[in-house]
Amino acid sequence: MAEQNLAQALTGALDHVLSTDPGTIVLGEDVGLTGGVFRVTDGLQAKHGPERVIDTPVAESGIVGAAFGMAIAGLRPIAEIQFLGFAYPAFDQVVSHISRIRNRSRHRFTAPLVIRIPYGAGIGAAEHHSESTEALFTHTPGLKVVIPATPADAAGLLLTAVADPDPVIFLEPIRSYRRLRGEVGDPPEPVAFGEAVLRQRGSDVTIISYGAMVPDVLEAAAQLGHTGTQADVIDLRTLVPLDIEAVLESVARTGRAVIVQEGHRTCGFAAELAASIQENALYLLEAPVARVTGWDTVVPLRRAEHHYVPSIGRIVAAVESTMRGV
Amino acid sequence: MLEILRPDGSIVGEPPFSMDETKRLYGAMVSARTYDTKGTALQKQGRLATYASFEGQEAAQVGAIATLRHDDWLVATYRDAAAMWMQGYPWVNLFLGRTGDERGGSPPVGVNVLPPSITVGAHMIHAVGLGWAEAHQGRDRIAMTLFGDGATSEGDFHEAMNFAGVFGAPVVFLCQNNHYAISTPRHRQTASETIAQKADAYGIPGVQVDGNDLFAVATAAQEAVARARDGSGPTLIEAVTFRVGPHTTADDPSRYRDVSEETEWRGLDPIDRVQRYLESLGEWTPEWNDQLAESAAKEIEAAIAEAEAFDPLGPSEIFEAMFETPTPQLERQRSLLVGEPDG
Ligand SMILES: Cc1ncc(C[n+]2csc(CCOP(=O)(O)OP(=O)(O)O)c2C)c(N)n1
Repeated sequence: MAEQNLAQALTGALDHVLSTDPGTIVLGEDVGLTGGVFRVTDGLQAKHGPERVIDTPVAESGIVGAAFGMAIAGLRPIAEIQFLGFAYPAFDQVVSHISRIRNRSRHRFTAPLVIRIPYGAGIGAAEHHSESTEALFTHTPGLKVVIPATPADAAGLLLTAVADPDPVIFLEPIRSYRRLRGEVGDPPEPVAFGEAVLRQRGSDVTIISYGAMVPDVLEAAAQLGHTGTQADVIDLRTLVPLDIEAVLESVARTGRAVIVQEGHRTCGFAAELAASIQENALYLLEAPVARVTGWDTVVPLRRAEHHYVPSIGRIVAAVESTMRGV
Repeated sequence: MLEILRPDGSIVGEPPFSMDETKRLYGAMVSARTYDTKGTALQKQGRLATYASFEGQEAAQVGAIATLRHDDWLVATYRDAAAMWMQGYPWVNLFLGRTGDERGGSPPVGVNVLPPSITVGAHMIHAVGLGWAEAHQGRDRIAMTLFGDGATSEGDFHEAMNFAGVFGAPVVFLCQNNHYAISTPRHRQTASETIAQKADAYGIPGVQVDGNDLFAVATAAQEAVARARDGSGPTLIEAVTFRVGPHTTADDPSRYRDVSEETEWRGLDPIDRVQRYLESLGEWTPEWNDQLAESAAKEIEAAIAEAEAFDPLGPSEIFEAMFETPTPQLERQRSLLVGEPDG
């Protein structure tokens, strides 16, 4: 066990898979010599060689499309896209090919690959560097969608993603890369897909979140605790597959649910959760399911970004009104 | 490779500009360098978000834009502030954008310059549409687009070049081959010997010029602009230059290249070159240069002050520019935000 930040935990996990599985390959823009814009692949090219940690031309569709071919032909590619806002040139590859090959060939061809993408706002970066559009991927059948919140989960989920027989979109919370530290096993302990984790136990209300919002949700839950509201805090860890049982089990105990998501509101993942909760637990609810989300706006640039990302104040306020039953 | 103004200030062939115009463009490059130096400094003080320096690329940008008409279209990138400013985009807007404020993207009416493209590659085809639309409407405005060597690897480069060729769009493609795309050197970006040669495949003219040579860039651009304007179609110009600074203020070039490369290219500085040329003709004095530097500094300081005087967008304002009229959903979200604590 060593204390690492989230970026270091990912570096360790990548090093581990490159060391133990000769079929793995890392490819992306600036991942080799510089170790990536967030240094997540730091040192990996020096250690594993430029044939396995590959600097590519600036071409996301090329990176992802080539990874697709590599995966079909027996490699385990781990592609990196520099920011979620730069993944869109590769979207056609993801939606039209990667997500469907298993079905359109009835299992004859498969695409076991991982696409790692930093996502989310909060570091005051330039336009297109702050997206939380995970719902584009959860809405695409045939993709697993993973969003870790802690260093240990980042490492453990990455191991599982690489071992998974299907394509995995692996979204990494930018603002947690260096801010969050935690114990990570050496080698890291794999974390199973489809198993949410209870980050805090309480009996009054269930707060459901994932990824970059989890630290803020925990802070909001701590503040609520001081004023007598005890929250169950669920970190989903994987959106596809979704551990709806964990959510329903908690909501059955608390009777109240608040979902916190940084992505845009309309058709965001919170909408799916809210629908699933009411389908399964309407008569157990003491209050409407509440959502705290980013807005249906472009993520504002640095000077106004804080109006967009759900604040601790907004989370607390949403829980308080849920407690009042409205 | 077309070369007119040698690093030592001597010339081969004809300069494309009168002496007055050459001196004006020298002044423009001094202003651009002043802005650029200030941009890096302000970022270090936390007053700007990430800044992308264009030091060493002033001749490519200033020389190309000098050949445009004031109402021609320009579609450029995060590294092309000098070009945008030359085409009428105010320094204030450039600074404001860099502080992280959407209003930076709103230049005055009459300035036909789109906000800088931050995603690599997507904007080149926009120039095709702009130029094409002008021709379609019987106007002789043309479009110019600036992009880097890295951008030529994106699929959209192919689509832009191909459309321009097929439809004969009045577009000038100016690639600033500054040798690096973040850490990736030019020779790892494409197996082509030159970027200019890519034009062949699309049936359009391609020309490679010394991008640190104000006269060579402008000569090629003049010809390309004339072709576009008279309906003869697009041209690709590859301006061979060098990004002597880091990719952005978040980058550390020592991780991927030797400083000797930077030192060597600093010796080929595009502004020094024009200075030597002017000096050899008795047209440059330290006093004149000081005047230029001083007025550039004043102009840039004033632009910074003006940009920093903008209050940030408030919570209500982030909803205002999604549509001409906000949808009911947005209105509801706006009241949710404005009515709640902490924003
Ligand atoms: C679609 C897309 N992919 C990746 C990036 C990240 N990125 C920003 S600049 C850059 C390099 C671009 O190099 P080049 O086109 O040569 O222009 P330069 O920065 O050298 O001026 C990259 C990869 C981006 N902005 N957009």
